[in-house]
Amino acid sequence: MATESGGSEFVDTFPDEAAIIKASFLIAFVSLGIGAFFGLIQALHRTNVLRVIDSADYYTLLTGHGVLLAIVFTIFFLCGVFHWAVARSLDRPAESALFSWAWVGLMTTGTVLATVAILGGLVPNLGMSADVLFTFYAPLQAHPIFYIGLAMFIVGTWLAGADWFLSYRAWRQDHPDERIPLQTFMVLTTMIMWYISTLGVAVSVVFFLIPWSLGLIESVNPLLTRTLFWYFGHPIVYFWLMPAYLLWYTVLPKLAGGRLFSDPLARVVFLLFLLLSTPVGIHHQYLDPGIAEGFKFIAMTNTMFLLLPSLLTAFTVVASVEHGARQRGGEGYLRWLGALPWRDPAFTGMALAGAMFAAGGFSGMINAGMNINYLIHNTLWVPGHFHLTVGTAVALTMMAGSYWLVPQVTGTKLYSRPIGLLQVIMWFVGMVFMSNAMHRAGLAGIPRRTAEPQYQNFEFLTPIGSIFELRVQIALGGTLLFLSVVLFLFNILLTSLGEESDRPVDSYLPEPLSGPEGSPRILDNLAMWTGIAAVLVVLAYTLPLAGIIQNGGGLFGGGLPVPATVSAGFDLVLTTVTSAFNTLWGVVA
Amino acid sequence: MEIHAYEKLWLALALVLIVGFIGTITYGAAGAGIDMIDDKGGTVDPATLDQHPKFGDPGIERNGENSYDVYVVARQFVFEPGTTEPLRVPAGSTVTFHVTAADVIHGFEVVGTNANTMAIPGQVAEFTVEFGEPGEYGMLCNEYCGSGHHVMEGKIVVMEQEAFDSWYEQQQAQGEAEN
Repeated sequence: MATESGGSEFVDTFPDEAAIIKASFLIAFVSLGIGAFFGLIQALHRTNVLRVIDSADYYTLLTGHGVLLAIVFTIFFLCGVFHWAVARSLDRPAESALFSWAWVGLMTTGTVLATVAILGGLVPNLGMSADVLFTFYAPLQAHPIFYIGLAMFIVGTWLAGADWFLSYRAWRQDHPDERIPLQTFMVLTTMIMWYISTLGVAVSVVFFLIPWSLGLIESVNPLLTRTLFWYFGHPIVYFWLMPAYLLWYTVLPKLAGGRLFSDPLARVVFLLFLLLSTPVGIHHQYLDPGIAEGFKFIAMTNTMFLLLPSLLTAFTVVASVEHGARQRGGEGYLRWLGALPWRDPAFTGMALAGAMFAAGGFSGMINAGMNINYLIHNTLWVPGHFHLTVGTAVALTMMAGSYWLVPQVTGTKLYSRPIGLLQVIMWFVGMVFMSNAMHRAGLAGIPRRTAEPQYQNFEFLTPIGSIFELRVQIALGGTLLFLSVVLFLFNILLTSLGEESDRPVDSYLPEPLSGPEGSPRILDNLAMWTGIAAVLVVLAYTLPLAGIIQNGGGLFGGGLPVPATVSAGFDLVLTTVTSAFNTLWGVVA
Repeated sequence: MEIHAYEKLWLALALVLIVGFIGTITYGAAGAGIDMIDDKGGTVDPATLDQHPKFGDPGIERNGENSYDVYVVARQFVFEPGTTEPLRVPAGSTVTFHVTAADVIHGFEVVGTNANTMAIPGQVAEFTVEFGEPGEYGMLCNEYCGSGHHVMEGKIVVMEQEAFDSWYEQQQAQGEAEN
C-alpha cells in the first residue's frame, strides 16, 4: 500500500490524478479569491466604514460570496482531496482519466454559467441577474442560466462520486477480503450522504425552478421549494466538513508527530454522519408556518444526536495529537502542548481550525435548540456561527492542508513556511474579531443578509460594549481575513511556480494505533447503511412534504388546486414509499 | 471492537449532554409553554389576498377582554400595518399575530425579543405575544426579500389602555363609514 511505500511522490506515481487535483484546486482557489474580495466589500459596507457599491448591489455580491465560497471553493477542493485520497489509499489510478476530466469540465461549466448569471446583476440593462442569495428561495427568481449552471455543477459532483465508486469496485475485485482502506471509506460514505441529499435540490431545481424561470409553469409552492432546499441545505454542511474531517483524522495526527488513535471509531463517526445528516434539514425551518411542531421536534432530536460524531471526533483528534506530542518528547498534563510543531503552518492551521470548530459547535447548539432559536433566527448570530464552522473549521483546514497537499501534486516545495504561518494565524485572529462581534450583534437583533442595518424607527441595544464597537470589530476582522486570503494565494502561486524537488514534502502517513482488524465487518457494509439512511429520510420527510403539498397550495402553489392526476400520482408515491419502508424495515429488523 | 476506557467515558458524557439538551427543550415546550410556529395558522391564497376577509384590510381586532388578533401582511418592502402606520396595541394585553406574505418570503422580527417568524406566501404564521408596559418596539424584515430589503422596517406602539381604546373606536367608526 502507498502508506508504507513513502518513497516515490504522488505526482510521479499518479500523474493523471495529480493533474485533475491541480485543476480542481485551481478553480477552488480562484473562487476563494473572488469570494473573499466580495466578503471584504460587504464587511466594510454593512458596518458603514466604506461604501463603494450601491446598497442594492450588496445582494449581488452577497450571492457571489455565498455561491463562490460555500459551493464552488469548498466542493472543488473536496473533489481534489477525495481524488487524492482514493488514489492514494487504494494505491491505484482512476479507471479513466477522460471520465475524470468530464466531471471537472461539467462542474467548471456549471460554475461559469452560475457566476455569469450572478455578476450580470451588476450590469444594468443586461436583463440577467441572480440576486437570490445562496439559498435561492422562490418566489425570488434568478435567470434560468443560474439554475441550469447549478444543476450542471451538481450532476458533475455525481459523476465525480461515480469515478471514486468505480475505483473502489475495481480495487475490490483484486482485494476481495480486505477492509476498505480508511480514506476511501470516508470518501464513499460522504458521497452516499451527498447522493441522498442532493436529490432534494435536484428535484427543486429541475422540476420546479428551471421550468418556472423559463415561464413553462406559472408559479411554485414557496414552502415546498424552501423545504426541498433545506433537505439538501443541511447535509451540504457535512459535505463541506467531511474533507476537513478526513484531513483531521488521517493527516493531522501525522503532522503532530504521531498517528491516528482509532480507525474503527473514525468509521463509526462517518457512518453516523451518513445516517443523520439529511433527516435534520427542518431545523432550518423552526420558524416556518405550515410545518407541524412534531416534525420540528423530530428534526431537533436528530440534530442533537448529530453532536455525537463531532464530540467523538474532538476526543479522537485531540488524543491523536497528544500521542504525537508525547512521541516528540512532550510530557505532563498540558505541557505536551508545547512539544507540538507550531512552526508548521499545515499543523497550526488545522489545530486552530479545530479549536474554532469547538466554539462554532457551542453556538450551533443554541441554533439547534428549537425554542431558543427564536431569539437568534436570521440575525447576524447565524453568519457568526457558520463563519466558525464552514468559514474556519472547513476553510482554514483546507488552506492549511494545501500547504501539505499542493506540494504533493505539483512536485515543488512550499514557497514560504513563515508566510504560511502568518496567514493561518491572521485568519484565526480576524475570525475571533469578526465572529464574536457577529454573535453579539445577533443577540441585539441585528439581522443577517442586510446591506445597511441602520433603521429609522429604532436603535439596537447591546448589554455589553456598544454597537459601534461591534461594527469596528466586524470591519477589522473582515479586512484581516481578506489579507489572509491574499497571502495564501500568493504563497500557493509561488509554490506552483517553484522548481521541481525530489522530496517536496514528507507525505508518508502511518497506520493507526488501533487498526480496523478488531472492528466488526458490518461497518463496511455500505449497502445496509445506505438503506438505513434512506429509511430515516423517509421517516423525517414523508409526512411534512405531504402536508406542504396537500395543504399549501399544491405542487405548484399559487393557490391553484392540485390537478387530480398529480394528486393521484402523489398518493401512489406515498403508498409505494410506505410499503417500501415496511419491507426495508422487515429486512433490517 | 476495542474501545479505550477514556473513550467510553467520553461517549457516555456526550450522550448525557445530548439527552440533557433535548430534555431542556422539551421542558421549554411542555413545562414553560414556549409555543412554536406551526401549521395551525392555516393557508391563504396569496393571489387574492386583497379580497381576504382579514388580510384584505389588515390590522388589530378585539376578540375578548384584553385579548386581540393582529393581521399583518408583509410585502416588498413594507409591513401592513407597521411601516406607514405604526402597529398599535394596548399595554397588558394578549395579542395573537397572524402573519403572511403577499409576494416573496419575508421575515417578521420584533427587535430585541423572541417574537420572530417567517412570512411565506400562502402560509399564515400564528403566534401569541403578551405586551406589558407602554413603549415602542422596532420591527424589521430579517429574510432577504429583494433590492430594498434593508429599508423594510416598522414600529409597534404599546399604548395606555385608555388612549388605545379611543384610537380603536375611532378606527372602527372610520371603517364603518367607509363601508
